Amino acid sequence: MADEDLASYRFRSDRQHSWRQLEALVERAERNGLARLEATELLSIPLLYRACASSLSVARSISLDANLVAYLESLTSRAYFVVYGVRAGLGTLLARFVARDFPATFRALLLPIALSAALLFGGAAAGWLITAADAAWFEAFVSAEMASGRTPAATREELAKTLFDKPPPGEALARFAAFLFSNNAGVGMLCFALGAAFGVPVVILLVYNGLMFGAMCAVFAGQDLTVEFLAWLAIHGTTELTAVVICGGAGFHLAAAMIDPGRRSRLQALAAHGRNAAVLVLGAVLMLVLAAVLEGFGRQLVTDTAIRAGVGSAMLAGWCAYFGFCGRPRRTARTTR
Amino acid sequence: MTPELSARRVIETPEGVGVAVELADPGTRAAALLIDLTIIVAASLVGLLLFWLLAPLLGTHASVALFTLLLFFLRCPYFLLFELRWQGQTPGKRMLALRVVDRRGGALSPTALAARNIMREVEVFLPMALLLTPPPNMGGDTWWYYPAVIWAGVFALMPLFNRDRLRVGDMVGGTWVVSTRRTALASDLAKAGKRRGAAAGFHFTAAQLNAYGIAELQVLEQVLRESATAINRKTKNEVFDRIRAKIDYGEFVARADVDDFLAAYYGALRAHLEQRALFGDRRADKHAAAKASTAAERRAEDAPKQAAWGE
Repeated sequence: MADEDLASYRFRSDRQHSWRQLEALVERAERNGLARLEATELLSIPLLYRACASSLSVARSISLDANLVAYLESLTSRAYFVVYGVRAGLGTLLARFVARDFPATFRALLLPIALSAALLFGGAAAGWLITAADAAWFEAFVSAEMASGRTPAATREELAKTLFDKPPPGEALARFAAFLFSNNAGVGMLCFALGAAFGVPVVILLVYNGLMFGAMCAVFAGQDLTVEFLAWLAIHGTTELTAVVICGGAGFHLAAAMIDPGRRSRLQALAAHGRNAAVLVLGAVLMLVLAAVLEGFGRQLVTDTAIRAGVGSAMLAGWCAYFGFCGRPRRTARTTR
Repeated sequence: MTPELSARRVIETPEGVGVAVELADPGTRAAALLIDLTIIVAASLVGLLLFWLLAPLLGTHASVALFTLLLFFLRCPYFLLFELRWQGQTPGKRMLALRVVDRRGGALSPTALAARNIMREVEVFLPMALLLTPPPNMGGDTWWYYPAVIWAGVFALMPLFNRDRLRVGDMVGGTWVVSTRRTALASDLAKAGKRRGAAAGFHFTAAQLNAYGIAELQVLEQVLRESATAINRKTKNEVFDRIRAKIDYGEFVARADVDDFLAAYYGALRAHLEQRALFGDRRADKHAAAKASTAAERRAEDAPKQAAWGE
C-alpha cells in the first residue's frame, strides 16, 4: 500500500527531518545569537535554509495541507532573517564606518555638501555685511536669548569677557552636556529629516543659521575683536560647522530623491538616497560629539587666542585630509581588479 | 479575513523564492514603541536616583550634567544599537514578535537601520516634545506652534496613511516592519484520515469528491485541527450535516462516528484534489470544482461519440 500514499505525504516524510533540524538551529540562533553556534552548525544553516526554501516552493505546488505550507513559510522567513541578518559585530561596523564608509560617502556626495556650504557661508557673509551696515538688523537675525548680551550695544569689555571668562570648575562637563542638546546637533538632524520635504526647510535652516553667525561676527568685528572671536569660535567651530554643512548636504541628497527620482518611484529613490544620507548624518553626529568635547573642555581651558586658532586650524586640516584621502581603494587593489 | 489578507507581502529572497511576511499592525507597533519608551524612562529614573544620591560627592553641577549625558546616550542609540545587535528587533519588538526587514529582500544593512532611527528623532521625539510644551509655557512668538503640530502630526501618523504601513523612517531606510508569529508543524491529517476511513468503512465516489475545492478543503482542515471544545464539537456536527447533504451520502453515520467521517472525507478529498492538481486542474473552490467536473463529464460523454465518428 506504500505507493498509494499521497505524493505530498511522501514529500513531507522525506524532508521533515531537515526542516526540524533547521528549526532547532534557528531557534537557538534567535535566542542566543549566531556566535553561540558551532562552526559546523553555522555552515549547515545556509544549506538547510536553501533546502527549506525549495521545499516551500514544491509544497506550494503539490501539497494542499495549509498547515504544512504555513509552517514552511514561517520557517523559511525565520531562517532567512538569520542568514541575511546584520552579521558584523559593532566594533567592526564602527571601524569600517569611520575608516571607509563615511569619507567615501562624503566624496560621493560632494555636490549637495558644497551647496549646503555655499548656503551657510553665503548666509553668514550676508548677515555680516547687513549687520555691519546697519546694526538694527541684528535683532532680526539673533534672538535675545541666543545673543545673551552680545549685542551691538555692548561695550568692548563686555564682549571680551564672553570670550575669555573662565567658568568655575565642573562647569565644563555641564557645558559639554548642554551642548549635545543644543542648537547644532538638533539643526544637523533636522536638516537631514527635513530633506524629505523637497529641501525647502533645509535651505531656510542653513541660511538662517548663516545669518545668525554672520551677525555675531559683525558685532565682534565692530569692537575690533574679529580675530579673538574667530579663534574662540574656531577651536570647536571648524568641526561643528563642517558637521552642520554635512547634515545639510544629507538633507539635499534626500531632497534630490524627492524632486527628481529618475526612473525609480519616489519611494525607491528615497530609500536608495536615504541610506547614503544616513551615513553622512551618523558621521556628522559623531563629529558633533567631538565638537562638544572641544567646546566643553578645550575652549574653557585654552584662553590664548593663538592656541585656539591653532587647534581650530589643525582640526580643519585634519578633516580635509580625512575626507580627501581616507577610505580610498588602494592602488594595488585597483590594479589587481 | 480581508484585513489579514491585505497585510500579506511577499519578499523575494536571493534564492528566488517568495517568502510571505505579514506586515505588523500599527497598533502593535505603537505598543512596541511604548514598551521601549517605558524601558528608556525607567532606566532614566534609575539614573536620576543614582545621580541624586551621588550629588553630594560629585557636586550638583556635575551630577546634573552626567544625568543629561545619560539621557542623551539612552535615547539616541537605544533603538539603533538594539536593532543592530538583535537582527532588527528592540526589546519591545521582540516581546510583540515584530521585526524590521529590508523591503527588497536583501540583507538588513546597518545604514538602513541608521536612516530609520535618525528619522525617529523627527517622527517621535519632536512631536512628543511639542506636545509636552503647550504654547502658554513658551512665551514670545507662538504662531509657529500650530503649523509645527500639524507638520509633526503628519510625520507621526504616516504609517496610517499608506498601504505598506511605512513610517517616514521606513521610507528613507527602505525597510518595513513585519510580524514574526510562528507556525508549528502539525501532523499530516490525510494519512490519519485514510486509516480511519478504511477502519470505519467510509468510501466516497468521484462525484462525491468533485463537490468541493481547495478553499473548502482548507476550512475543513482548520476545523479538524482546532482543539476539541464544545464549540468545536458543534461546528464539526454542522460541517458534517452540510457535507452529507451536499454530497448526498446515503449510508447511515452515527453521531459518534462524525469525527471519523470528517477525517476520512478530508483524506479522500485531499488525495483527489492533489491528484487533479498534478494534472493541471487546480480547483480553487467548490464553484471551480463544479465547473471542472461538469467539463470532465462532458468530455467523457463526448468521447464515445467521437470514437463513433472516427469509425
